[in-house]
Amino acid sequence: MATQQTQKLARILIAPSIILLLLWMIVPLAMTAWFSALNYNLLNPVKTFAGLGNYRYFLSNPAFLSSLLNTLVLVGAVLAITAFFGVLIALLLDQVIVGRRVVRLMLIAPFFVMPTVSALIWKNLLMNPVSGLLAWLWRLFGQTPVDWFTQVPMLSIILIVAWQWLPFAVLILLTALQSLDQEQQEAALMDGAGAFDRFFHLTLPHLARPLSIVILIETIFLLTVFAEIYVTTGGGPGVQTTNLAYLIYSQALLQYDVGAASAGGLIAVVLANIAAIFLMRIVGKNLET
Amino acid sequence: MARRTPVPRLVLTSVVAWTVGLVIFFPILWMLLTSFKTEIAAFSSSPSFLFFHWTTENYAAVWTRSNYLEYAWNSVVISLGSTLVALAISVPAAWSMAFSPTRRTRGILMWMLSTKMLPPVGVLVPIYLLYRDAGLLDTKLGLVIVLCLSNLPIMVWLLFNYFKDIPKDILEAARMDGATIGKEIIYILAPMSVPGIASALLLNVILAWNEAFWSLNLTSSHAAPLTAFIASYASPEGLFWAKLSAASTMAIAPILVLGWFCQKQLVRGLTFGAVK
Repeated sequence: MATQQTQKLARILIAPSIILLLLWMIVPLAMTAWFSALNYNLLNPVKTFAGLGNYRYFLSNPAFLSSLLNTLVLVGAVLAITAFFGVLIALLLDQVIVGRRVVRLMLIAPFFVMPTVSALIWKNLLMNPVSGLLAWLWRLFGQTPVDWFTQVPMLSIILIVAWQWLPFAVLILLTALQSLDQEQQEAALMDGAGAFDRFFHLTLPHLARPLSIVILIETIFLLTVFAEIYVTTGGGPGVQTTNLAYLIYSQALLQYDVGAASAGGLIAVVLANIAAIFLMRIVGKNLET
Repeated sequence: MARRTPVPRLVLTSVVAWTVGLVIFFPILWMLLTSFKTEIAAFSSSPSFLFFHWTTENYAAVWTRSNYLEYAWNSVVISLGSTLVALAISVPAAWSMAFSPTRRTRGILMWMLSTKMLPPVGVLVPIYLLYRDAGLLDTKLGLVIVLCLSNLPIMVWLLFNYFKDIPKDILEAARMDGATIGKEIIYILAPMSVPGIASALLLNVILAWNEAFWSLNLTSSHAAPLTAFIASYASPEGLFWAKLSAASTMAIAPILVLGWFCQKQLVRGLTFGAVK
């Protein structure tokens, strides 16, 4: 019953969201574009025109390529870990378990912890090479404790971020599992299909859709990981844990170079859009209704 | 219908599930335990798990060092405020996309989501300058606006997927029976959309409560929420592990308890269309 009147109403209802998001996107972006063409340092009141100088500077900065790589590694590794263990844990929780409610509460808890807190707790209470619990565990097994943030800084960040996002994957995948057709499973069981056959031919295809959702939502948040790096490594040692977001941050607020930071910001925007198109292509296929 | 699980299998899966659950939960549990230790015990390289001298001195120290209640109040106002405004804007939008979709609906949705992929740091300087000129720096209103806008795409998407699954036949039937639009909304649509709206609300409160980037960069003292409160414990100052744990516990307790209590409501609508 899509009359003209309801169509008009529909447009009015959606307008505020679109207008606000457009403003939210265009106004700061336009200003960023403008700043990126200036020699603009917060310590120097004189602004001069720079042309494409800032872009040349930012792109030729060796930290740029490594930050790009770090961003990809961080997003990819966390996605892989959360998807893999998410499926395993969701399958586990789908079984009959004594005290399932409590287990579920424990498993989703990390999702409620703010990134600054989880990063600080991991860094100081767990990963500290002297007093951390992991160091104690290592010594218990006669190993030399790992100095996490010095020896394997990126892995440390990945572990922290993956820990935060695992519950999200579990929740979405578990909800999907519980909607799996029981009769189909029973029928497959009758036909003598083994556990592996049932998993690969029934369960896994059923999880394609929720997995796409997990990948899409997590990528959105993982591309812009900031707080975890800010409170643990500050991007270091060197630039080993500097992702694109952190590189721009340090350019703007630690070196006060607004011009270069703005050029970096615009480059990040372009890259994010490429990632978005790429992602929509892959994930979008699974989301068509 | 449910077949009984054989006992050995029940025991095995339960043991594995509890182990996994405890491992995942452990960092939080450890933080809680450490917050009740003395600083010396907290720093000890041979940790004690239960048999230590329990003390609440860290909570007292954190309480006197910083004005916890003010930070907490800011967090409540900012996360609730931004959520309510975002709901008011996103519910109609999601509604309209779900009930009168056009050729462009999917494109619009994807565009909205793509705005969320931009690193906020790319537009930090302009927002900072605009806020400075508008007098919005270090105000709760300023953070409400930014957080509302930055979470809006997620809200629209979650709500759209929820509304989309509301069967349209029911509406047709109601119309046949002579229901007016008003009655339709009150008796059919509202009850059916409440779970979706509830979980969007919860998710957004959680995201806003835990948001760190804008909170750290746009506030200093008056409007600083708990994420800023905890960041002030980021740099070590002598023995501070137990105090850090106490402060962390205080920062996450409200949202953790809320999340646990509302787990069902949160999960029900959090499928993002993952379940057909």
